[in-house]
Amino acid sequence: MAQFFQQVVSGLASGAIYAALALALVLIHRATGVINFAQGEMAMFSTYIAWTLTANHGWSYWPAFAATIVLSFIGGLAVQRTVIRPIERAPILTIVIVTIGLVLIFNGLAGWIWSAEVRAFPSAFPNETILVGGVAISVQDLGTIGVVLALVLALWAFFQFTKVGLAMRASALNPDASRLVGVRVGWMLGIGWGLAAALGAVAGMLAAPTVFLDPTMMQALLIYAFAAAVLGGIDSPFGAVAGGLMLGVGLNLLGSYIDFVGADLRLPAALLIILVVLLVKPEGLFGKPVARRV
Amino acid sequence: MTRPARSELVKIVLFLVAAAAILFLPRFVSDFRAQQFAYVGIYLIALLGLNILTGFTGQISLGHGAYMAIGGYTTAILISDQGLEIGGHVFSGDLQDVWTIPIAGVVAGIFGFLFGFPALRLAGLYLALATFAVAVATPAVIRKFESFTGGGPGINLFDSPRLTGVGGTDPETFEETPAGVSIGPFDIPTFNEWLYYLSWGIALGMFALAWFMLRGRFGRALRAVRDSELAAASAGVSLARYKTLAFGISAFYAGVAGSLLGIATTFVNPETFPITLSIFLLVGVVVGGLGSLWPLVFGAVFIQFLPLWAQSISKSPGAPAVVYGVILIAVMLLLPMGAAGLIRRVTWLASRLTTRA
Repeated sequence: MAQFFQQVVSGLASGAIYAALALALVLIHRATGVINFAQGEMAMFSTYIAWTLTANHGWSYWPAFAATIVLSFIGGLAVQRTVIRPIERAPILTIVIVTIGLVLIFNGLAGWIWSAEVRAFPSAFPNETILVGGVAISVQDLGTIGVVLALVLALWAFFQFTKVGLAMRASALNPDASRLVGVRVGWMLGIGWGLAAALGAVAGMLAAPTVFLDPTMMQALLIYAFAAAVLGGIDSPFGAVAGGLMLGVGLNLLGSYIDFVGADLRLPAALLIILVVLLVKPEGLFGKPVARRV
Repeated sequence: MTRPARSELVKIVLFLVAAAAILFLPRFVSDFRAQQFAYVGIYLIALLGLNILTGFTGQISLGHGAYMAIGGYTTAILISDQGLEIGGHVFSGDLQDVWTIPIAGVVAGIFGFLFGFPALRLAGLYLALATFAVAVATPAVIRKFESFTGGGPGINLFDSPRLTGVGGTDPETFEETPAGVSIGPFDIPTFNEWLYYLSWGIALGMFALAWFMLRGRFGRALRAVRDSELAAASAGVSLARYKTLAFGISAFYAGVAGSLLGIATTFVNPETFPITLSIFLLVGVVVGGLGSLWPLVFGAVFIQFLPLWAQSISKSPGAPAVVYGVILIAVMLLLPMGAAGLIRRVTWLASRLTTRA
């Protein structure tokens, strides 16, 4: 039983990372109806920035963490303003292809600047375990869960209690009406992309100590984040977090207790979840069904 | 059968001229170049397939590399001595490589057709997401079913006696067998040239097939589905039938291309069909022009030669991807119809200038 709880906690830790990335996807999808296929690669790029700050410029962990979040926010905003804005009203195919272009650019740039070799990434938390009622829980897992939860709370407060947050919710809900009352909808969408990039950066930095740093590190994580977002409902921020945690725990238990799945079939299992949810309950567990007038 | 219009007769003549040019090209280029052009032919086949689905029917696929993987592995399993045991019967080694190509196409086509059914319920963005996940998950699935696929190391075909055109030692008599192939009076001296003729022969055939399929009723139905599902359905076009068929045909093309890719590289492993392959196919279709046929040649040339060209600018491993990405976005922003659109615009301008003069 102790082993079971251990698996649940480590599942929650990886689930928290999926949740952060899924939340980034949901933020952008809610505001613009776009799925950003480059979310993972942007997060990978951010993680490299954090790495270069600590390894090459001698920064200590938390200042580098904070600086990376700020830089990622600016980067996400800049991407929206330059590349995404011109195609806002274009067909879906165009938007998908452009974000795929961003995937290639960020992936290539990371290899170009930092080379493709696999690197170790420092962790903010000591590599220790604490015993809680006979269950050994790693401090790193607890730290990961804590950071993501704090982040989610901060975001919630931002959307709930600040004027900018209110304006962002308004422009996602009804861009035309928001424009009429003086909300600068374009900039709100830009801020949304910035926040998503910052969330991705956190996911990347939390994942890197275990998955190691290389230009492909976020590819699998992005699929898990897709699965989490779809599972929770692609328009529901709460769903993204819940979906991420459920997926993390579920995949971890599946991987450790069903031999056939093991470590290799987690990714195909996530794919299966995506397909089944989209086919059976496309609005996800926590989303509202969308009625379309034709 | 629709009678060919005059403009179509012109097209057929141009097609024959192009075929003749392709026939003689290896006489003027080095063996190494012949190999590179063989890859262009292979990519052209895959791009034709993807464009039937994405350009003509409007169904996004970010996972066509997965169908190429199915084709490549079908061929490799049928050629290799590893053997595939199903119910006590061992399938192996009794097929020459060329005969596995249509089988590979059909197997991939069946998978594509079947994927078409869940895809019916996925529109636009969700289809992109699902196919993307398929492409990312493919290498993991290949690694898992080791007994079929050889796992991570994959299946090596080099030196296999069933590979046409490779020189080597005969496994029974230990005599040197010459490289190359002779078909009747024609002598194809090297493996690479053989590869060139094989892939371009098939590419031309499948190009003609695509053209015939798309010029009439069937193509019109696909385009109707793309432009407005609602309008197509009210005009009596069965969405389910045409979408699943488009998936199947498209995957058939990808399977043939994957089979040829396996033969050309003489091995297959999970890294032969990475997610980047699927993405590059999309790049090729966009550069050639969504909903176009012959301009796809530009797309195929582009994805084959751009990495080489990018490497001459910078030796860094990331350079080609950055150039691909920038061009992909630039094409979408500035020239959404790709090379096909550019050609159309240039000929339109030229015709206006000549009529005014």
